[in-house]
Parts: sequence; structure tokens; C-alpha cells
Amino acid sequence: MTFFLTLVFSGVGLGMIYALIALGFVIILKCSKAFNIAQGQFVMLGGYLGYTFILVFHLPAWAALLAAIAVGVVLGLLIERLALRPLIGQSVLSVIMMTIALSTVLEGVGVLIWGGIYEPYKGGFPTLTLPPAYSSYISPETLDGVILSAIVVIALMAIFRYTKVGLAMRATAEDEKVVQSVGIKVTTVYAISWVIACVLGVVSGMLLYSISGVQQTMSDIGLKAFGVILLGGVDSIGGAIIAGLIVGILENVASGYLDPLLPTGGGLASVFPFIIMIIVLIFKPHGLFGTARIERI
Amino acid sequence: MTLPSGIFQGSFKQDMAVFRTKTQWLMLLALFVFIFTMPLYASDKTLTTLTIIGITIISVLGLNILTGYCGQISMGHAGFMAVGGYAAAVLMARLHMPFLVALPAAGLAAGIVGIIFGLPSLKIKGFYLIMTTVAAQFIVLWIIIQMRSVTGGADGLAVPKPEIFGLVIGSKASYFILVMIIACLATYLAKNIVRTRVGRAFIAIRDNDLAAEVMGVNLLYYKLTAFFIGCVYAGVAGALMVNYINYANVEQFPFINSVWYLGMLIVGGMGSTVGVIFGVIAIQLLQQLATTAGPILAAVMVPQAAASLALIANGLVIIIFLIFEPRGLAHRWEMIKAYYRRWPFSQ
Repeated sequence: MTFFLTLVFSGVGLGMIYALIALGFVIILKCSKAFNIAQGQFVMLGGYLGYTFILVFHLPAWAALLAAIAVGVVLGLLIERLALRPLIGQSVLSVIMMTIALSTVLEGVGVLIWGGIYEPYKGGFPTLTLPPAYSSYISPETLDGVILSAIVVIALMAIFRYTKVGLAMRATAEDEKVVQSVGIKVTTVYAISWVIACVLGVVSGMLLYSISGVQQTMSDIGLKAFGVILLGGVDSIGGAIIAGLIVGILENVASGYLDPLLPTGGGLASVFPFIIMIIVLIFKPHGLFGTARIERI
Repeated sequence: MTLPSGIFQGSFKQDMAVFRTKTQWLMLLALFVFIFTMPLYASDKTLTTLTIIGITIISVLGLNILTGYCGQISMGHAGFMAVGGYAAAVLMARLHMPFLVALPAAGLAAGIVGIIFGLPSLKIKGFYLIMTTVAAQFIVLWIIIQMRSVTGGADGLAVPKPEIFGLVIGSKASYFILVMIIACLATYLAKNIVRTRVGRAFIAIRDNDLAAEVMGVNLLYYKLTAFFIGCVYAGVAGALMVNYINYANVEQFPFINSVWYLGMLIVGGMGSTVGVIFGVIAIQLLQQLATTAGPILAAVMVPQAAASLALIANGLVIIIFLIFEPRGLAHRWEMIKAYYRRWPFSQ
């Protein structure tokens, strides 16, 4: 039972990070109809930024987080203006290829600046301690991650619900032409959606860094998060969060119990989200909460 | 402007011919002579580069049929190559089959796996299909690593040197010739598959799949055919790759290769056989340039600059092509040809 609970709790931690990554993807998709493959590279950059600000510059955790968010904002603005805006009106494939190319460029930038080597986490985030009855199930870093990502998700929901920018973004998701005609600049909304996605990626990268350290291959989590995105439905914000938790917990439990049974030590965690992805795509392509598309000729 | 001036269509057969004039036939002959006499004067390093280019062309030709003509985007092409590569490796190393049996078998194995992962394509397209193929890439490699007793797992599998009718293909030059023969055959087939009924069905599906179905194109049959053909090409390329290195390893088929193959299509121009060749050569030469310039850059800047250069350069080239020349090098090539043919009246 203890083993099971440990798996579930660390699964929740992983699931919240999946949810953050998926959320960034869903926001871009809803606002600008672009599928962003480069989300995982934002995560990798975020991890390295966390390492740089905390271990190299010795900033306190809150300052490091703010600095990383600032970098995320600049990155988001640059990417939208230079790479995505020239492609408005182009085919889906062009946009996807653009984000793929972006992902390799960002990967290259990661190697160029940090060398792509493994940097372990050496403390820096404030550690919360639970009552001793629970503390064996969940590490303080995972707890930090769960709390911080919950705050981010709630803040994001509040922005969407109560601010003018949030209203503009929701309206753009519904119909761009109408939004343009009432005087909202759609390109600005696009830019904001990229900024939010970048910031979400960077924050989840920092959280992941505090759990498992950072290295170049961390960007693979972006690909794994697509299982989450598809399970939740690509255009559903709530779906992304619920699916993130489901996949995170299932992945941990499945690899915890099944890995010892497999030859060569398993490594089931590395393919589990992809298996979910295939199953979802075959049986329920629009996911649990996504809108079913009706296509006309 | 597909023809030089003064050439007229006399019959339907003439109209459909790929090579129309004596000059074109002569140029084709010159190309063959150029390719097949290459081992006489080219260095081993050049031959290695050209062999890799040849193998990549075979693989990307398949991707072009699947993605460029049928519109089914695959981002797991390296995974399908791995299926072919390991099929050939297992047949040759464990079952001691001859190369000429293993090569088609590898293509067939990859084709069947391609059909399995192509099944969802009936219900989904665009981004969703990309995700299926990404999943295919990772699941295929994972299964290969798990089947340790057959495939050697993560350690890989040594493959004997290929032998054709008692002739051992051992040297770089002989393997280059073998790859080029298969690449020429593959190009010939790829060019002609898309000119048949099947090819026209692919194009109809790419342009509007619902309209195609209404016109009587059987979507399931043709989409799976596209997956089968595309993956057979990938499988043959994978088998050639494994035989070239005489070793099968999952490291030879990384996910990033699937990305570069799509990038080659973008740079070359989607839905164009000649574009495939241009795209592959352009990106491979760029990678060669990056490996040459990398150490120099690393000496001037930081040591890791060498590793990042290829990633950044390739990514930037794809970005630049997407923004400024979305129709790729093939379109540029058509423009140059048209200019040459209209000269001195071209603008």
C-alpha cells in the first residue's frame, strides 16, 4: 500500500507538470490555431534557466522564478513575431513544420549555452514538510511542484475568466474575424498566447528541474505531454489538467508494477504516454473533453 | 513551360513521357555515367557522404509519396526505417538469409508495420496523425529494445557483409554502386507510381479527402496503400543503412532523423520527386558543412558550439524556406528551367 501511495503521489507531481505543459499547448491552439511542437524545448530551457539562476547566480527561488518568467515572455514575443506571424494563413503543415524547426533551433541554443549536460538539483526551493504520517509518500520538491502548478493554473483560470485580455483570448478562440471587427488586434492576442505558453513551459521546466535535475533530453517530455493533450481533448483547458493527472498517475503506477516484469528492466515510463496516445487516437480522437469536429466539403 | 520551344505533342504517349527530347536522354545518360564512374576518382569520404545521401533519398522518396502526394504527414519515418533495418539484420545475422532475400523482406516488414500505424489515418488527419506517427517511432524503438533475445536490445546486432550471387559487397565503392542502383530504381518507381491511377487517387486525397471519397476513391484502401508504399521505401532504406555499417543499432534511427526527413521535403518542395533529391542533398551537404565548420567554431567560441551548429543551421534553413520559399527548391528549379527555355525573351 505504501508503495502504491508513493507511486500515486509522485504521479500527481508529474501529472501537474504534464498539465502545465499541455495547458501551454492548448492555449496556443485555441487562440492561434497553431500546433506547437516546441513546447518541450521551452521546458528544457526553463530547467536550464532554473539551474542558471539558482545555482550559478545564487538568486533566491522567487527571484529565479520571476527572472525565468521574464525570459519566457521575451522568448514568446520573439518567436511569435519572427517565426509564426509570417505564416498566418498558411497550411497546418507549414505551421507544424515551423514549430518543429523552432524546436531544433531551441535545442541547438540549449546545447550552445549549457552544453546539454546533466545538472543535478542541489536545493534552492523552499522545502515544505508534511506531518510525518504523510511525508514518506511525497518528497518536499514534488509537494512544491504540486502547489506551485496549482497556483499557476488557478491564476490562469482567473485571467481567462475576469480580465479583458482573457475575454479577448476567449473571443479569439471562438471567431477571429468577429474579434478583429470589434477592434481587438488578433495579432496581439496571438502574441499573448505564445507568451503564456512560453511562461508555462519555463515554469514547468523549473519545477521538473527541482524534481529530477535538468539535461538536454528533458525536452522529450514535450512529446510525452502530447498523450496528455490528446487524452484531454486538444482544445479543452480543464481536460488538459485532468488528463495530466490521469496520465501522470497511470504512468507512475504502470511503470512501478510492470517494469520489474519486463525484460531489460522495462523503461515503460518512456513509452507509456505514447501508448495512451495511440489508444485515444484510435478510439476517441477528440479526447475526453474536446469538441468533436464536423467537417464539410 | 514544361517543354523547350519547337517540341510538339504528337500523341498521348508522347505527352506523358518523362523524357521528351534527345538532349534530355543525353543528360540522363551523362548523369548515369557520372554516378557510376564516381568510385574511380572520388575519395572514400565523398563516397561515404554520397552513399548516405543515396540511402536518405530512398527513404525520403517514400515519405514524399506518403506526405507530399497523399498528404498523410509522418513524423516517425526513422522508426519505420528501424523496422526494415532490424528485419534485415535479424534475417541475415540470425537466420543467415542472403541479402537479396532480406532486402525485400525488410521492405515488406516495414510496410506491414506502416499499415498498422496507418490504420488511425482513416479517422484522423493533420496534427493527430503526426502524433500517431511520433508514437509509432517511440513504440517501435521501445519494442526493438525489449526484444533482446532477437534483436540484441540496446547493444545492437552485428550484420554479416552483404553478398550478391557469391559477390561480397565489402568495399565502400561497391556498396556505393549498390545503393545508387537501388536509389535509381526507387526514383524511377516513385516518379511513375504517382503518375498512375493510384498516384492520382493520392493527390485527390491530399487535396480534399472528403471530395475524393465522394468521387469514388476508397479512402481506407488508398491511405493504407500510401502508408505501405512509403514504409516499404523506408524499410529498404533502413536495411541498406544497417548493411552499410554492418551493425544494427537503435541509435541509427533517432527521432530527430524523422524530423530532418520532413525538413528535407520542405526544403526540396513537397510532392515533387526531383525536389526530394534536391532537399536531401541540400540538408545533407549542410550537415557536412556543419561537421566541417563545427570544430573551427568550437575553437573560436565554446566547445559545445560544434554540436549545436548542425541543429541551429538546419532549423534555420527550414524556417527560412517556410517563410520565403514554401514551394521549395523544386519550384526554384522549374523557374530556372523556364528562364533558360525562354531565353533570350525571358524576364
